[in-house]
Amino acid sequence: MALLSKQNKEAFTNPLNLDHPILVQVLGICSALAVTSQLKPAIVMGLAVTVITAFSNVIISIIRNTIPNRIRIVVQLVVVAALVTIVSQVLKAYVYDVSVQLSVYVGLIITNCILMGRLEAFAMQNKPWPSFLDGVGNGIGYAMILVVVGAFREFFGRGSLLGFQIIDCKDFNNGMMTMPAMALILVGCVIWIHRAYFYKEK
Amino acid sequence: MKAIRNYLNKIKPNFEEGGKLHAFRSLFDGFETFLYVPNTTSTKGVHIHDAIDSKRIMSMVVIALMPAMLFGMYNVGYQNAIASGLDASFMDMFIFGFLAVLPKILVSYIVGLGIEFAWAQWKGEEIQEGFLVSGILIPLIVPVNLPLWMLAIAVAFAVVIGKEIFGGTGMNIFNPALMARAFLFFAYPQKMTGDQAWIANSPIFGFGGQVPDGFSGATPLSHLDSYAFNMDAVTGLIPGSIGETSVIAIAIGAVILLYTGIASWKTMFSVFAGGILAGLLFESLEMTPIHWYEHIVLGGFCFGAVFMATDPVTSCRTECGKWIYGFLIGVVAIVVRVMNPGFPEGMMLAILLMNMFAPTIDYFVVDRNITKRLKRGGNK
Repeated sequence: MALLSKQNKEAFTNPLNLDHPILVQVLGICSALAVTSQLKPAIVMGLAVTVITAFSNVIISIIRNTIPNRIRIVVQLVVVAALVTIVSQVLKAYVYDVSVQLSVYVGLIITNCILMGRLEAFAMQNKPWPSFLDGVGNGIGYAMILVVVGAFREFFGRGSLLGFQIIDCKDFNNGMMTMPAMALILVGCVIWIHRAYFYKEK
Repeated sequence: MKAIRNYLNKIKPNFEEGGKLHAFRSLFDGFETFLYVPNTTSTKGVHIHDAIDSKRIMSMVVIALMPAMLFGMYNVGYQNAIASGLDASFMDMFIFGFLAVLPKILVSYIVGLGIEFAWAQWKGEEIQEGFLVSGILIPLIVPVNLPLWMLAIAVAFAVVIGKEIFGGTGMNIFNPALMARAFLFFAYPQKMTGDQAWIANSPIFGFGGQVPDGFSGATPLSHLDSYAFNMDAVTGLIPGSIGETSVIAIAIGAVILLYTGIASWKTMFSVFAGGILAGLLFESLEMTPIHWYEHIVLGGFCFGAVFMATDPVTSCRTECGKWIYGFLIGVVAIVVRVMNPGFPEGMMLAILLMNMFAPTIDYFVVDRNITKRLKRGGNK
């Protein structure tokens, strides 16, 4: 089978638009609201989820035929937990300040609905390579929204981007933007724009 | 009046299908129905029409708000004169206040109605003009020193997120005016609270005086421990949001609303009942340094009770529900004031909170009524 056959391409591109984890399935909202008050943690979180989704998908896909059906959730959790621990340790070692900002939300990736959903819905039925593409696609879809919302919130809430002060004026800073409530409204607006201009019913 | 009608009739064909100004039909439609009760009648089925429609109701609320607005303008000038030590006449104070408040009213209406008109045009719907009341409420519940661009952002937020996405006028869960205020309160707390927000501090067109730097013009609610009650709190000559200070001006508005039957007396009465009971309770527990009646006259309690809580769209529809809804607003407002040191005023949060629960209250009232009637009928 070709590496980039039509099905494989769809496995990668569907999560970016038609089957978007946040915009269409509305999964993983909790962490999307919690970590997006600044751009840098949002990017790191998006990368972490992408890596974990991709590799947990691959691992589960490799061993999918040996997993007894009745305990499959436990097996999936063990795999995800191992990957989350590795990513968490890497973050602590190399970007300590960001991992402090992300606090529990790196650990909570284990309960991220997107992850469990992809393992159950895709990796359990498909071969490793499509599963990998699906995981990367979902992770990038998730990261995309995090980056957009994070950039908006950091710019309008603090007048900076990635920590660099762009507008240095106290009155410009919108306190509402730094609150999770506004993140929910922004995600709602992104869903609105997506539905209006990019989403086509199948 | 006849001339306006004739003129409207004359230019009307331009806005109809195929007319050269068809693109502006919603604008024309909005003004026509605002000026005259539409003469269209229903063609199918049986309908009961009230004598006045929603636009006439809104105009009546705007009229009821006039005393609070005019007094607010005077009070802005009065506070400025006191703070700057200027010896100003009554008219000077009023003109200063007028000049300070008018831009806010204009910005609020232009931004809010602009979005509503554009939205109606975009969707091809009739303009609902629900903003007529919100547009005058919003300037009256903000501090006088609020920058206009912040007001514009808040109005846009309230109209789009607070109203239009729910389906426009009559569908909104939250009171749009309070949405605007809540947005400002959380987004720009430095401009909405504190000592510097409440007194206009520089002259406008030669009227008013320059307030010295560092002059503290805090509202009574923000320094309750050192507050001594006097009649200024009733007449409204205290610092505060533009329209909320005078109990007397608000009472005139309340009489107009109650006499014309636009606001529900049950909601209004029960808000005060809840506030008084909670005030008495906290006073007897010695948790608050002021008396219960001071809680009622200070801050935005009266304004909220009369003009915000009674909003027919966001309050309860059932008669029994109105009692519960109003009572809980009064209680929650005082509870927020007394128990939460972060918020000196609780009326905004209380009304928004109960707006959210109004449909739930209605649901249970209706449900209980159904059960009661089923029992009475003997069907279990």
